[in-house]
Amino acid sequence: MPKVKVKRKSTRIDMTAMSDVTVLLLTFFMLTSTFVQKEPVMVNTPSSVSEIKIPEANMLQVLVDPQGKVFLSLDKQEDRVAVLRAMGEEYGIEFTPEEVNKFKLAPSFGVPIQQMKSFLALSSEEQDRVLITKGIPCDSTSNQFKSWVSQARQHNRDLRIAIKADKTTPYPMIKNVMSSLQEIRENRYNLITSLKTVPADM
Amino acid sequence: MAEIQEKEKGGGKGKQKKKSTHIDFTPMVDMNMLLITFFMLCTSLIKPQTMEIAMPSKDKVSEEEQNKVQDSRAITLILDGDDKIYYYLGEGDYENYQSLVETNYGPNGLRSLLLNRNKKVVEEMKELKKKRLDLQISEEEFTTQSTEIKKDKSSPVVMIKATDASNYKNLIDALDEMQICSISTYAIVDMSEGDEFLLENFKSKGALTKEIDTGNNTES
Repeated sequence: MPKVKVKRKSTRIDMTAMSDVTVLLLTFFMLTSTFVQKEPVMVNTPSSVSEIKIPEANMLQVLVDPQGKVFLSLDKQEDRVAVLRAMGEEYGIEFTPEEVNKFKLAPSFGVPIQQMKSFLALSSEEQDRVLITKGIPCDSTSNQFKSWVSQARQHNRDLRIAIKADKTTPYPMIKNVMSSLQEIRENRYNLITSLKTVPADM
Repeated sequence: MAEIQEKEKGGGKGKQKKKSTHIDFTPMVDMNMLLITFFMLCTSLIKPQTMEIAMPSKDKVSEEEQNKVQDSRAITLILDGDDKIYYYLGEGDYENYQSLVETNYGPNGLRSLLLNRNKKVVEEMKELKKKRLDLQISEEEFTTQSTEIKKDKSSPVVMIKATDASNYKNLIDALDEMQICSISTYAIVDMSEGDEFLLENFKSKGALTKEIDTGNNTES
């Protein structure tokens, strides 16, 4: 008896359509999203109805964590280098090219300038760990925050200052930062918030 | 590949073999999926919002200038810890502890107060916003007209004073209310001694005033 041949149907699926979809999705994600910037501490920003978008470039972000530690982040590498050099001069610290290079690579910084040299000698994982325990001094005894901001301003006139603070940060810490900015005549700045919808009847 | 073999069977003898133009897209899809996953995890779609504020420069503003605000227009907000908020109108009455009123951040508290005091501007802004929604006016016209409306002389001037016990969220919430209620002139001011007194007096229900009164009586 001849064997009954069962016709095997091909299990292949045409993947072209699927590929089309994925490429479309990919394009969408690439065009609409921005890369998450690494930040030393996670902060939960309060929400507001304000709809002004944050500018893309030339930002000096002041990050204030719930304990009131202050970190700065500059988005341009050349600014970071120039500011570090200027700060070194101001506080009489000489930075080697390797140290400057290392500093250039991290978007946020926040250690007292006296400890900057030893901080930069650490490996990047250790830096991350140490950084969250430091913060830029911003009190009346040594206000290095003020020097950082004014140096950054001198090197880049178009810099916009934005304060990003946690919901639970006590007001005195914010006041400290704000009055320091006021002292160096930085009177216009942005407060970063997340979106909340406006009540319908407004 | 299976497909190619199938085609071969169909090909007649002598005819030139037609190679299938089918390309297997599976690896391509795999790679795209990986890329999508990468982008979804490493990027954020929401851009943070910002609030623009302009602070007065420190050297210019003297006490006198701050006090120039008409009493009838001034509202002073005092932000305290535990999400408490107090306000008084005009100048605080140091004799009467009830001049300070407790309110809240909700729609029935601070907002209704400010909307009430700022009725004219709010009404006009509402109309203007409606016009914008109906596309009767352009975005530029909207901004120029809204600044014009906000110049109104009867709108309140709000002074926001935050105590050391308050937190950042309170400040932002208060600033937010200003924006919702279209208040154009507001300032973040430090607590003065008088305000501290008012607050203490309110909390102790007038005990401080009484103390001073009795002190004065014994002196005289």
